Amino acid sequence: MSTAETFITPDGRTIGTVMMEMKNITLRFGGVIAIQDISFDIREGEIRAIIGPNGAGKSSMLNVINGFYHPQEGEVWFRGAKRPSMKPYQIAKQGIARTFQNIALFKGMTTVENVMTGRQLMMKKSFLWQMLRVGPAMTEEVEHRRRCEEIIDFLEIQHIRKEPVGSLPYGLQKRVELARALAMEPKLLLLDEPMAGMNVEEKEDMSRFILDVNDQYGTTIALIEHDMSVVMDLADRVVCLDYGKMLADGTPAEVQKNQAVIDAYLGVEH
Amino acid sequence: MTDFLYSIFVGPFADMIALPDFLMQVLWEGFVAGVLYALIALGFVLIFKASGVFNFAQGIMVVFSGLTLVGLYELGVPAFMALIITLGVMYVLAFSVERFVLRKLVNQPDIILFMATIGLTNILIGLGQWIFGGETKTMITEQLWLPTGSSVWEPNGGLVIFQHIDIAATVIAVLMIVGLGFFFSYTKVGRALRAVADDHQASLSVGISLNQIWVIVWFAAGIVALVTGIMWGARSDVSFSLQIIALKALPVLVLGGFTSIPGAIVGGLIIGIGEKIFEIYWGPLFGSGVEGWFAYVIALIFLLFRPQGLFGDKIIERV
Repeated sequence: MSTAETFITPDGRTIGTVMMEMKNITLRFGGVIAIQDISFDIREGEIRAIIGPNGAGKSSMLNVINGFYHPQEGEVWFRGAKRPSMKPYQIAKQGIARTFQNIALFKGMTTVENVMTGRQLMMKKSFLWQMLRVGPAMTEEVEHRRRCEEIIDFLEIQHIRKEPVGSLPYGLQKRVELARALAMEPKLLLLDEPMAGMNVEEKEDMSRFILDVNDQYGTTIALIEHDMSVVMDLADRVVCLDYGKMLADGTPAEVQKNQAVIDAYLGVEH
Repeated sequence: MTDFLYSIFVGPFADMIALPDFLMQVLWEGFVAGVLYALIALGFVLIFKASGVFNFAQGIMVVFSGLTLVGLYELGVPAFMALIITLGVMYVLAFSVERFVLRKLVNQPDIILFMATIGLTNILIGLGQWIFGGETKTMITEQLWLPTGSSVWEPNGGLVIFQHIDIAATVIAVLMIVGLGFFFSYTKVGRALRAVADDHQASLSVGISLNQIWVIVWFAAGIVALVTGIMWGARSDVSFSLQIIALKALPVLVLGGFTSIPGAIVGGLIIGIGEKIFEIYWGPLFGSGVEGWFAYVIALIFLLFRPQGLFGDKIIERV
């Protein structure tokens, strides 16, 4: 399949052209090679999963996409242009949002305030007007609030709108984090283990939200997940890493059958 | 023994009632001192809110900005020009602190940033003495159009004196505090500042530039330092010993909470007024000098019962 063509998955979903392409990425920390010569792409509108055992380099890969890490070798292409070395906040401006494996929320702020920080980049009025709470600045504030409330409704966290997020249970914190990322109206949403530490019910809820986000907003999603059954259900395409190397790349069914993947997950007889 | 109890529980109150105008005077003096403490504490709160760091250098920033202002005037720069240039200097300072200190320390534990501010203090002390010398300088109060005289109020034959500079200090401090309060609560920059205080990584991921926020917040703290320097300088000249007054902000912050602007105000007023009242009416029992330690005793008591202060963020610990 070429980069410019759309492509139909076995589930019958049509996936767009290539949005982001990683070309021969190598990332080292001193002598440790976290990612070695990995290439794959993320297409418009798809749900792309990155799987692999612990220490495979999944989170490192997400951090490369998001700009927290800068690879020593390789290129990142975003929407047909090679991306120069950028800071994470600049990459956020390009429309890439993320959540974190260990939840990174603003603990002292309420749910609404946390979600509002996602609108940060879109608020343009001068701080002097904002201080006075008048005119266009007020209109702008109200408009962004409204958008945030929509997202809060969408993720069913209305009941905790005014609570400081530090006091919320884990599963809800994960949802607030997703809400904040959605408030940025991202083109590409990166989810680092969105279901880690959740019970079955919470996992089902979260899976439903991820599918709904992809469906309703058309957001492209790249997610890291350990739970294979979840990945098989959610993802359009899967890339599997192990010790920083690529094991497999393809549809869930293909990857599941791949001998190298099975060996990495279940171990090999020596 | 009865004499002793009398001098604690009865005597001081009898004095207060006997000379109400004197009590008024004491309260006013305490109020002004409180406002100025609040102003210093505000400088600390700004940086603490935005970076979770106790900025040890706030005190020397007060001295440094005051010295720069007076120093420039002595070189023949017109007073208001000097004020603008000093603002510029504070901006350069904020920019340099971000560029050469904070930027290297992103995501480091708070204690490391705190140590960095101690280092910064020493650099500023050295720099200040090198450039301006160690002598005490007189604040250019009149040249900045600040009032200097005093008014007398005579309620029922009593006598209360109001220094005009104290009134001006109060008005300016109140304006500044209100302005900063609005800035923090209602602007996107204010929201970003609070976000950065909570989590660096998350802030970056929603597109907040730490570098820019830190410059803004250190510049704001620099402006507060300059105003504090002018006001304290007008009352007691500009010298390196002003730094010590800045340490009074510590008990104020413990009382009010490190993250709260209203807390800094209320804390400042409680310490300022409490200190004066205690010094005048109960001081003789301790052989005076009460002002030196009263604030710290209050702070200690608060630490025992309410470590987050009156208005500080509630301490949430999930286990």
